[in-house]
Amino acid sequence: MRHIISINEVSTGEIDDILDRASAIEEGDFDPDALKGKILANLFFEPSTRTQMSFVSAMLRLGGKVINLGSIEASSIVKGETLADTIRVVSGYADSIVLRHPKEGAARLASEFSDVPVINAGDGAGQHPSQTLLDLFTIRQSMPLDGINVGFLGDLRYGRTAHSLASALSRYGVTIHTITPPGLELPPSLTHDLLDTGTKIVVHEHLEDIIADLDVLYVTRIQRERFPDPGAYASVAHGYRVTPETLADVSERFILMHPLPRVDEIDPAVDTMPCAQYFKQARNGVPVRMAMLQKVLL
Amino acid sequence: MKRKPEEGLLISPIRNGTVIDHIDGGEGLSVLRILGITGRTTESLSVATNVESRQMGKKDIVKIENRELLKKEVDRISLIAPKASINIIREFQVREKIGVEIPSEVIGVIRCPNPGCISNANEPIQSSFACQKRGYRCRYCDTLITRDIASYII
Repeated sequence: MRHIISINEVSTGEIDDILDRASAIEEGDFDPDALKGKILANLFFEPSTRTQMSFVSAMLRLGGKVINLGSIEASSIVKGETLADTIRVVSGYADSIVLRHPKEGAARLASEFSDVPVINAGDGAGQHPSQTLLDLFTIRQSMPLDGINVGFLGDLRYGRTAHSLASALSRYGVTIHTITPPGLELPPSLTHDLLDTGTKIVVHEHLEDIIADLDVLYVTRIQRERFPDPGAYASVAHGYRVTPETLADVSERFILMHPLPRVDEIDPAVDTMPCAQYFKQARNGVPVRMAMLQKVLL
Repeated sequence: MKRKPEEGLLISPIRNGTVIDHIDGGEGLSVLRILGITGRTTESLSVATNVESRQMGKKDIVKIENRELLKKEVDRISLIAPKASINIIREFQVREKIGVEIPSEVIGVIRCPNPGCISNANEPIQSSFACQKRGYRCRYCDTLITRDIASYII
């Protein structure tokens, strides 16, 4: 049984395999009945638009069906049921479980209690491997992954998409450039892990110092919901904004990415620029998740 | 003539039980905590702390009467006293010497410092840490404990 909990446990060969399969799917090369008769349980304990809907879309496009937890208020969670019990029960109703949960490590726990494959769709500030795969897929559509310069702008402390993507990119010999508000730097343990792989990390105070040398700029939202204290959030919120002027000197192959939702980090005037890939990135969630579902269910 | 107090014998020998020697100075009470021994448990205990040691400078010694430590308990001690040596005593004689080995995984011994970790929620799991080069990494949330491990003992 194959769970997908952390990108760190997916080998480079498997990543390449999923991305290759997603490319083929995007070109229409897939069996619309590949998952006929299979049921996916979507358990979202936190709000989600893109991840939830794209998993549903992916399953339906492959001929499978989806059941949902529905609202937390209407479930046994409000009666105090443990996640372990919920997982044990739901794994009897479906052939695979997609889980989003506010606690870090929730998907790992789920994999220990589930009889069916679990895909982590985000656990607190932890891992979000399907997002990482679609991020890699989006970059690969524009350039090879090897040796590129990737900038991360925003919340690198709590931003799980940035953590997972940085970890995955470390296998491809990239240089990581970070630009963060004070207090939102990469966690030291992740920094050490990245350095251990030989990845070069360069810390910048201002985006304009490095923007011309970047191949990719990955912008993240400062996530109010991850801050333990509202005062700490207020002190860093709205600290940066990418505008057409910011992007005046970017390289020819440069792409701008964002896992969405955005708040103020990217000026809507950027949306029509050729480098703006964030809506394409969101769309890529479907072929990539189709490839992931096929991997765990077939 | 006034007699000098005897040197070297801070605590008396035990008849049966376990002597844990070469604990880093000041960590003796943490060793007891890791073994689940408190003032309310029934073991007779002797603890010598910050004793002069030629090898270690200062060391602690713990003697527990009528209890022979199991291998898995011994390995827990490695978290805070990796140099400790464990002697099993029967009838005042050292009958067995057990070396401390750092286990690859530590289960149910230390609490994850991340309050957002699922292992700190009301779930039917035990904390689980992998022992790595730089410290102990939570199996659930990847948090790495690099120092002051004694303060995370459950």
